[in-house]
Amino acid sequence: MKFTTEWLKDHLKTNKTEAQIIDKLNSTGLEVEKVEPVKNELSDFIIAKIIKAEKHPNADRLKLCHVNVGKKELVKVVCGGPNAKDNLLTIYAPPGSVIPKNNMKLEVSKIRGETSYGMLCSESELNISNESEGIIELNQNYKNKIGKSYFKNNLNNVVELSITPNRPDCLGIRGIARDLSASGFGKLINEKSTKIKKTSKQSLKVKIEKSKNQSCKIFGSCLIKNIKNQESPKWLKKRIISLGLRPISAVVDVTNYVMFDLNRPLHAYDVDKINKEIIVRNSQKGESFKALDNKEYKLDNDMCVISDREGVLGLGGIIGGTRSGTELNTKNILLESAYFDPEITRKTAKKLDLNSDAKFRFERGIDPNSISLGLEKASKMIVKICGGEVSKSDIQSIKKIEIKKILFDPNLASKIIGMQIKTQEIIKILEDLGFKIKKKGKALSVEIPSWRPDIYGQIDLVEEIIRIKGFDKIESIEPEKKRLKPTLNFFQRHFHLAQRSVASKGYLETITWSFTDEKINNNFRENVEEVKIVNPISSDLNVLRSSLYPNLIYYLKKNIDRGFEKQSLFEIGPSFTGRKSGQQITIICGIRKEHLIDVFSIKTDVVQTLFELGINKNETVVDTNTPGYYHPGRSGSIKTKKNQKLLAYFGEIHPKIIDKTYGFEIFLENLVEYKSQNKKTKPTITFSDYQKSDRDFAFVVKKDFKAQELIEIISNVDNSLIKNVKIFDVYEGDNIPSDKKSIALKVTIQSDFKTLNEKDLNEISKKIISSVEEKASAKLRS
Amino acid sequence: MSDFEKLKENFKDKLASAQNSKEVDIIRAEIFSKNGFINSEFKKIGTLPEEDKKKIATKINFAKQELTKLFNLKAINLEGVEIDERVKKEKEDVTLPEKDFRIGKIHPVSQVIDEISSIFSEIGFSVEEGPDVESEYYNFTALNTPENHPAKDMHDTFYIEENMKTLLRTHTSPVQVRTMLKGKPPFKIIAPGRTYRSDSDQTHTPMFHQLEGLHIDENINMGHLKGCLNYFVKEFFEVEKIKMRFRPSHFPFTEPSAEVDIGYRIEKNKIIIGEGDKWLEILGCGMVHPNVLKNSKINSNKYQGFAFGIGIDRLAMLKYGINDLRSFFECDYRWLNYYGFDPLDVPTNYRGLSK
Repeated sequence: MKFTTEWLKDHLKTNKTEAQIIDKLNSTGLEVEKVEPVKNELSDFIIAKIIKAEKHPNADRLKLCHVNVGKKELVKVVCGGPNAKDNLLTIYAPPGSVIPKNNMKLEVSKIRGETSYGMLCSESELNISNESEGIIELNQNYKNKIGKSYFKNNLNNVVELSITPNRPDCLGIRGIARDLSASGFGKLINEKSTKIKKTSKQSLKVKIEKSKNQSCKIFGSCLIKNIKNQESPKWLKKRIISLGLRPISAVVDVTNYVMFDLNRPLHAYDVDKINKEIIVRNSQKGESFKALDNKEYKLDNDMCVISDREGVLGLGGIIGGTRSGTELNTKNILLESAYFDPEITRKTAKKLDLNSDAKFRFERGIDPNSISLGLEKASKMIVKICGGEVSKSDIQSIKKIEIKKILFDPNLASKIIGMQIKTQEIIKILEDLGFKIKKKGKALSVEIPSWRPDIYGQIDLVEEIIRIKGFDKIESIEPEKKRLKPTLNFFQRHFHLAQRSVASKGYLETITWSFTDEKINNNFRENVEEVKIVNPISSDLNVLRSSLYPNLIYYLKKNIDRGFEKQSLFEIGPSFTGRKSGQQITIICGIRKEHLIDVFSIKTDVVQTLFELGINKNETVVDTNTPGYYHPGRSGSIKTKKNQKLLAYFGEIHPKIIDKTYGFEIFLENLVEYKSQNKKTKPTITFSDYQKSDRDFAFVVKKDFKAQELIEIISNVDNSLIKNVKIFDVYEGDNIPSDKKSIALKVTIQSDFKTLNEKDLNEISKKIISSVEEKASAKLRS
Repeated sequence: MSDFEKLKENFKDKLASAQNSKEVDIIRAEIFSKNGFINSEFKKIGTLPEEDKKKIATKINFAKQELTKLFNLKAINLEGVEIDERVKKEKEDVTLPEKDFRIGKIHPVSQVIDEISSIFSEIGFSVEEGPDVESEYYNFTALNTPENHPAKDMHDTFYIEENMKTLLRTHTSPVQVRTMLKGKPPFKIIAPGRTYRSDSDQTHTPMFHQLEGLHIDENINMGHLKGCLNYFVKEFFEVEKIKMRFRPSHFPFTEPSAEVDIGYRIEKNKIIIGEGDKWLEILGCGMVHPNVLKNSKINSNKYQGFAFGIGIDRLAMLKYGINDLRSFFECDYRWLNYYGFDPLDVPTNYRGLSK
């Protein structure tokens, strides 16, 4: 919503400055988005500097100028002025501007094979003088003004407000004035009520069909006959331009004017183009019409149309049609001032993907009591400019206008706001905003003005009171440092720890989209349901991710393209297991690409992370069941020994997906669930000071025999004496049968009660050998 | 002086003047070997009269001890000299680079979430979470957003189901309702998380981060709201004073509603927070709408309170001078390294938020 203070003062008697008004608007909830000088037809002409003027390659008399117009890049302009030269300060007209001398609109054009973006102007072209020899030469005083408008703008600014959807009343300048007046910024000026003489009746029949979902509740109209439609007078044009609109003709400009002035959309029909009568009805599928935006619209069922006997004239509350549009030679018009239902208007416009100033207002709710006022004001203005005779108004209506009332307890304001506000002050604020109030005991009976469709209950009134009084009046209360429960719960603590644990191992944390490319996702989806987005932002981000790998790998590759061969990335976040709310799990996923690393490098990272998260190695077991996106021979899964809970996958990513890249996934919910079911307190530890001895063994086992099992077998020989089993070599090759391998390991033996002698040690060694040979069908390597 | 004494003194002199362990070893052999000085002296004892035997033996033993001691001393001495010699030769160019070490980083968004959590922890808020895939009910209806209302246009929603009943949450506000439905007042929570809107340009990404705040109790009013956010903003930007204004606004789920702006100025292309005459919107807030309380099964005659929503990415950009929102999600190796945080740099109340 745009306005100028000059226009505002039609409605508000105030001595406040524009800056004060802007501040006040912000503090009452009408957010000022922009303040700009009013544009006029001359503001396009910009002070510019020719940086270089070269000879045109294909024309002797033309020059090719590289011009600084205050933007980052220079603009190329072909210029015929003989005085165009390097470093000349002059005036530039961009494409789209209209040259005052001949009313010619500039376009980007090719002149003798060189593209020219706009032109450099002579004084005569700008109607400054008759001087047409050469382009304007400005003196050095202008050198700091490059990029600025040459012609002084009107002193007026246009203020642009961002009006929240609950305040349709402020989509008209009068509404803005009312808020300012209530905030103590002047007096609201009453609309002049000089009535014009109306002799004739409105003779065109208007009928609203009473169908279900009829959007049009009221249709007011009057005829103005024998007008002389014409260009609007200067003052009106200026106001229309200040709104950012294009002046068209007096009739159209007046309807726009009233819409922005009173938030009262109107429509003008050329009566002579209407066949007999106006019927407001719901459309039937297949009907179509050409709208004033010059587009043909195909209608669906149940859209509100204004029609005559021939067919659709326009879409009620949204846009008129070309068939009955007014033109400069229009003699007789019908002015429409109606009320359309917000919801239905919105639905129709959305279906047709149609936007208009009228629709924007009707879908937010127009004052149903402004019908006559709109007709009155517009017809008065039209007659003043174009002459003609106005008929009496005809108002058709299918629904009575409700008057909303709220019983308001003034104490609620103090309770919500946190400060005492006297009832008297409350009454004053509300009355200034147009509410009508009657005292009912301690409560107030508040009648809602018809232009405030957003007010439903008491809390809405509290908002009105504090927004007018000012949020700055509220006394701030220091927060209390009382904690109701721990900041992070058990899961969140692990999330936090896991994130920093992985980062501390050299991984850079990334955040990637929760969605990804269906095709890439399918590589990682396994049996999980695919979750498609109905309206994705782009076709390559069309499913929710079933794994964190697709995006991580995508960005890893991008970084490789940027020249970073060696990198480790990770992400912690949701992975989606179904389309229902809550079907998501938290995964910490890391990928590593480096020379000279193998599956054990990534295994170290994952095992150490698990350890840091409180999972000891002896609580877990590794197996080789991993999803298809891992290298089948170089990947593993880590599960808890108890309940086989899956904690992590690790390994080389399948080479079909990406070459020589390792990754891991930790499943945080599983881990936290396991931990909360297996809470351990640290037992008191005793350290043995008796001598410990190491014994080395090498066993020849089958090639697919798992080292993990060997360690398990040995440890179980005597848990109290065998303190550690460490594999230091795995050998295949000479001297070993081709289907076997040799595993060499060091066993640390120590008693908590005595120093073991040679005999004890031999005994346990023997037990180890026999146990392994028996359980692993292994042979001690001699 | 007897011959023995002379010989001994001679050895002592020789030892004293020995230059290296090799010379010492030769002297050691001359004295202590099988046929060395000590042993040959002992052998001589056999030829002596009985009464002298003991005396001489004692003398030799004494000399042996004395010489051994000297040898030990000399050895220590020489070792020192030799280490000195060796060290003199061992010279490295320590300006050569150190061995590679791997550094990981925490994403600025994660760091800022931790900073914010730490601040709100101090005033008793706890952290809640909600699902990314939401129902239309929790995302809109329960939050008092009417069907077919222009307010819905503010959120361009990603839908999961054609019937528009399941969607990606457009804000973290559904966590308010979920939290209230599963518990009993009072509530004092924050809820950070991913949020989604179908919007992608210079300043919008289809996914971004929000943090919801909710404080409901019997008497929580707008004064508390102001105090809480004042405290937060001051702590977050780590400044003593901050220029702040509450501007009335409109959200379906709060009433009265406000947007909060903070003052700033630009100095040498850098943004200085907290002072200056420009305003920057940083969050939305308000008193929880009675309809939302009703939908959350809370008696709005007894309980009231405030809620707020903060754009986390935007706060991170402001605090750490990051210009481009899209860069947060582009995973550029250089960017992650440059803007990321050391994992040991955990924001805490007692240490301070940032290093």
